[in-house]
Formats: sequence, C-alpha cells, structure tokens
Amino acid sequence: MNPLPLVAIAGNPNAGKSALFNALTGARQKVGNYPGVTVERKSGRLVLADGRPVEVVDLPGSYSLDPVSPDEAVTRDVLLGRQKGERQPDALLIVLDASNLDNHLRFALQLIELGLPTIVALNMVDLARRDGLQLDQAALERELGVPVVETVAVRRRGLSELQAALDDMLSSPRCGVHAHVKSDLLHLQRRAREIATAAVISETPVRRWTHRLDAVLLHPVVGPIILAVVMFLMFQAVFSWSATPVDWIASGVAWLSDAATRILPAGLLRSMVVDGAIAGVGAVITFLPQILILFFFILLLEATGYMVRAAFLMDKLMHGAGLSGRAFIPLLSSFACAVPGIMATRTIDDQKDRLTTILVAPLMTCSARLPVYTLIIAAFIPDRRLVFGVGLQGLVMFGLYIAGIVGALAAALVLRRGVLKGGGGGFMMELPKYQLPSAKDIALGLLTRAQIFLKRAGTIILGTTIVLWALASIPQAAPGQKQSEVSIAGHIGAAIETVVRPIGFNRDIAMALLPTMAAREVAVSSIATIYSIDSTEDAASASTLEDKLRHAWPLPTALAFLAWFVFAPQCISTIAVTRRETNGWKWPLFMVSYLFALAYIAAGLTYWTAVALGL
Amino acid sequence: MNAPFDPGTVPLDELAVGTRARVLSIDWEALDQGEACRLRHFGFDEGVAIEPLHLGPFGRDPIALRVGRMTVAIRRRHARAVRVVPLT
Repeated sequence: MNPLPLVAIAGNPNAGKSALFNALTGARQKVGNYPGVTVERKSGRLVLADGRPVEVVDLPGSYSLDPVSPDEAVTRDVLLGRQKGERQPDALLIVLDASNLDNHLRFALQLIELGLPTIVALNMVDLARRDGLQLDQAALERELGVPVVETVAVRRRGLSELQAALDDMLSSPRCGVHAHVKSDLLHLQRRAREIATAAVISETPVRRWTHRLDAVLLHPVVGPIILAVVMFLMFQAVFSWSATPVDWIASGVAWLSDAATRILPAGLLRSMVVDGAIAGVGAVITFLPQILILFFFILLLEATGYMVRAAFLMDKLMHGAGLSGRAFIPLLSSFACAVPGIMATRTIDDQKDRLTTILVAPLMTCSARLPVYTLIIAAFIPDRRLVFGVGLQGLVMFGLYIAGIVGALAAALVLRRGVLKGGGGGFMMELPKYQLPSAKDIALGLLTRAQIFLKRAGTIILGTTIVLWALASIPQAAPGQKQSEVSIAGHIGAAIETVVRPIGFNRDIAMALLPTMAAREVAVSSIATIYSIDSTEDAASASTLEDKLRHAWPLPTALAFLAWFVFAPQCISTIAVTRRETNGWKWPLFMVSYLFALAYIAAGLTYWTAVALGL
Repeated sequence: MNAPFDPGTVPLDELAVGTRARVLSIDWEALDQGEACRLRHFGFDEGVAIEPLHLGPFGRDPIALRVGRMTVAIRRRHARAVRVVPLT
C-alpha cells in the first residue's frame, strides 16, 4: 500500500503554524519524538473535499535552512528527505505572518528554491489589517511563483481555499526536489525586502496594540509586579481549583479499590491489584488535575505571547545562575509539580540550558513534599510565635522552600561550569505580537499533555508500582513475623539502613524510603503503616501519628529527614518524564545520583550539626 | 573603514530607548556562530533601521529592539557588537 501523501507545514516561529495545523487536522493528531533527538513530531490527518486522506506534519518553526537549534536541524533534514523516521514530504505548506513579510519571506524564498510543490498561507491577515497594512495577494503570488492563500488560522478562516489549493497541487504530477540550493542569506534577505515592499499596497501607521501593552507589561517597575501577580494567581488556581477534582479522583480510586477487593479472592492477586496497581497509580493520578491546571496556564501564557515577556523580565536574574529567562516558567511550575515543569522546558532553545533546567527542576519544592513537611513539622517543631506573629513552624517551612531554591541555583551554577559547560548565553528571542488564543487550540494542547501523562502512568509508572509491591509482598510473612521485615523490600530496607544509619535514619525510615519512590507523599502512608503495625500493643499510649513519631525519633533524626526530602529525587514520574524529555537513561540516572548524593550530604550535615548542638 | 571611531556612531547597547538608528556595521567575530546566525535570521544587516524599545528591569539587560517589522530581545553583550548611527 502506498503511504498517504505527506504535506509538511513549515515557517518561521510565531507565524501561526501550529494554529493552522490544528485548524487543518482537528483532534486527529499524533505527538511523538523524532528518533534520537528530543524534537517533537506532530502529525495529523486531513481529508480533502474528494475524500482523499493526506498526512500533515507540523515541522518545528525555523528562521532558515541553516539550523541554529536541533529543532531547526530536524526541519531542514525532513525537507531534504534525510531525517530518520520521516519520508520526504510530497508538498510544502509555507506559513507567513502577513505583518512580518520582510523577515518571513526570506525563509519562504529558501523553501521555494527546494522545488517541492508549494503553497503559501498568508496568515494573520486580520492582524496586519488592524495594524494598517494592506497587502496585494496577487502581486505576492506573481513574485513568488506559487499559489498564495490568505488565512486567519486561529479564527479558522481561509481553510477551504487552502484545502482546494492543496487538492489541486496533490493532483498534478510532482517533479523531483532540487538539492539544497544555497542562495546566500543576505541576498535572500534583500530579495525578501523587495518582494515585501512590492506586496504592500498601503500602510497607515497605527499605534499598535502590542506596543501599548508592552509599554506596561515590560515596564521596568510595573512589569515585574504584574508578572508576580500573574504567577500568584496561577498558583492560587493550581491549588484551589484542583481540590475538588482531586477529591473525585481519590474517591474514584477508593471505589475501584473496594470493588477489586470484593470481586477478587483474598490472596496475592488481590493484593497486587489493590495494594500494588490501584494504590500506586492512584497516588500518581491524583496529581493530574494540578498538572492540567498548570498546563492550562502555561499554554495560555504561551499562546497570548506573554511567556516570552516573562522570560525577558527574568532573564538577567536567571542568567546569574547560568540559566536563561526561558527557564523561569518551567522552574516556577515545578513548585506545583516537576512533571509539567520538565515538560515545559521544550520552549528553551539551547540544549544545555534546557538540560540544566530539567536537572534542577526537581529541587523546587513540589506539592507532593507538603504532606511530608507538614507531618514532621507538626510533630517536632514547637508551635511557638516569634516576632510579629511569625510562627516557628511557618518559618521552618519557609526555610525548606528557600533551601530548595538555593540548592537549585547552586546546582545550576555547578552544572553550567562542569558537565554542561559551554553553549547558552544565547538569549535571543522574537517578541511576537499579543494574540487572543483560540479555546480549541488550548483544549487540544491540554488533551495532548493529559494523554502523555496518562500513557506514562499506564506503562512505566504502573510497572514500577507493581515491582515495588512485589518487593514488599514476597515472600509472604508467616504468622508472628512482620511482613515489612521478611519481604525482599525488608531486606533491601535493612541494607539501606546500614547506609543511612550514619545520617541518623532509623530502621523505620529506611523501610519507608523504598516505597516512597512511587511518590513523595507516600512516605506519610508508609510511615503510618509501619507504626500502626509496630505499635499494636501500646496503641493507647500514643494516639496520633505525630505522637508516635515524637516517641520514636530523636529531634536530629527528624530534622535530617526534612533535609533529605528537600533534595531526594523520590518520584518515579519525574524520573520517567526526564527519560522521555532527554531521550535516554543517561540524564535521568545522572539526576537521580546527584540528587541522592546531595540529599545524603544535606541530611548528614543536619544530623551531625543537630547532635553537636545537643538538640 | 574605521567606523567604530566615527564620532557620530555608538554601539547599540548605548543607544537610548526610543532613539531610531541605522546599523552601520556588525562585528560578527565578537559573536559565536549560532548567535551570529540568529542575528542574521532576525534581519540584522548593515543599513537596517533599528530602535531600542525596552530594557530588562534588572541591570537594563536584555534589550528589546525593533528591527524592521519585528521586535526581538537580545542581551547587552550581543548589542555591543552592533555599531549604529542614531537618526535624530
């Protein structure tokens, strides 16, 4: 069977390629990676008027066929037919921003030189008109020698004309592709300016919206304040909007777990399904609402054009830590959850900047650490008021957040001077026009992110939780023995104990560390389980978990445990997403090792200092 | 041409916000290959009209500029490699 005709969409960043791709293919999209690189491959299916299906691929936005970033290299290689995992396109759809012709035409001219059957979509004509720019579509068609169709992708205008033009083009016999004709960039640029000038019918200078908005949003004083307010609202939303859906998911998981308990006979299988799969995946799935709300904001900030403004405002500060302004939103998102934070690093062009950001993102205090912090602080830190109504407990919590931030910045500095030296520094971005995003584009983006997360929960996370369950359940304890001791996990816990004994951890903590790999907040339930098993005889003397912990742990141990959680990479979702985003096991393994090393050192220092101070 | 010493010219990073200027010369050697390439992609070229629009809030870095019809942001370090003639 012949493969479907392949149409590639190419154009400059911010030309509206993705909106046009969404408008043409709707929800029939597939998102994956090109083999061997971390460049996203987005493809979809378009059905022409006569019912013929066509595959459409949305190539990464590029400024030219001379690549600066890995994304641009993929675009070039696909177009030249030498990208692994992609056949050569049969036709090319070039997207131009109508109000930025003198720049976008340069790449378009380079693309037309390739000799593929080509259509040009003159996109965002509405914004160009709003800015007082009247363009001559016929003149442009004449100068470029290919069909030019006016479109407004976000409003779905011009699509039927575009489809008709595609239909025409794919029906006519195709001729071969020229080898990469290398007209020099300056020549192309000058030719692009000539054509752009020829295509402009009239231009009335209008004080553009974008400039009015930028005067406020990029103002040296007002700008950062607005950014802080936007970020504050985003976090409020992440935590307050997610409460209800998290409850739904939690009760759904509980219902499923009850149902499975009723249906399955008691034994290993029931235990595997209920305690392993449902409990483990359930713990991870409860983060889905937060992740989606966070992504809703990230997509919104990106689509409106505010995201690069935030990067502009924060660049200098981030540069101080060896990062770029682009790292700001991903790192901030990691305060809710490192998973969407790491996924959001795709907006960072420079590969070393991006890797550094991914590697330090887990140091931001994510929401899964809160239950652990809350438990330990409530148990060990006296609820004492200091000055001006500042409580000691709150101060310790704040200190843990600061420790995470300082740790991340320090780690970034070290990484940029060591394993990830070089590159970077190249903070060069286009500030696109502000735009009202379409709800459909945002919804499609959210759907894709949800699918990626759920697919991972259904595969790698499910697998890992079952392995963790098996380690904790095999072999089965005989009557009178403790399951937590005879199981394989118990033996591993005993081995961990010898390692963590010097930093003040007792056997119970060592036992809890392995199951906590599923997700950090599992530490609370693991510790609760261990103490509910061990304290059956003196249950009356200690009622709450906090009381039990106070009896069982000396203060230095508790403080060391807190310090451990600031750094320890105890979250398989984060490790899994790092593997996906870096396309291999090298960087996730590096991340896990350096974070565990940091956690060990931090916990050790805390413990020894506390003991020396006689706490 | 000893353009950098011409009294009527300034490096781009010293051009005041809101002052329109024309690019006289670009010291491509002061930039690494990727940076130079990206500047060309943004349309930086001798003779092009340029205008600084905004400065970053911390250390007046980076700089947002209008180049042709585009608005781009580059760091102060990159702007230093561009020599311009102010049009007052």
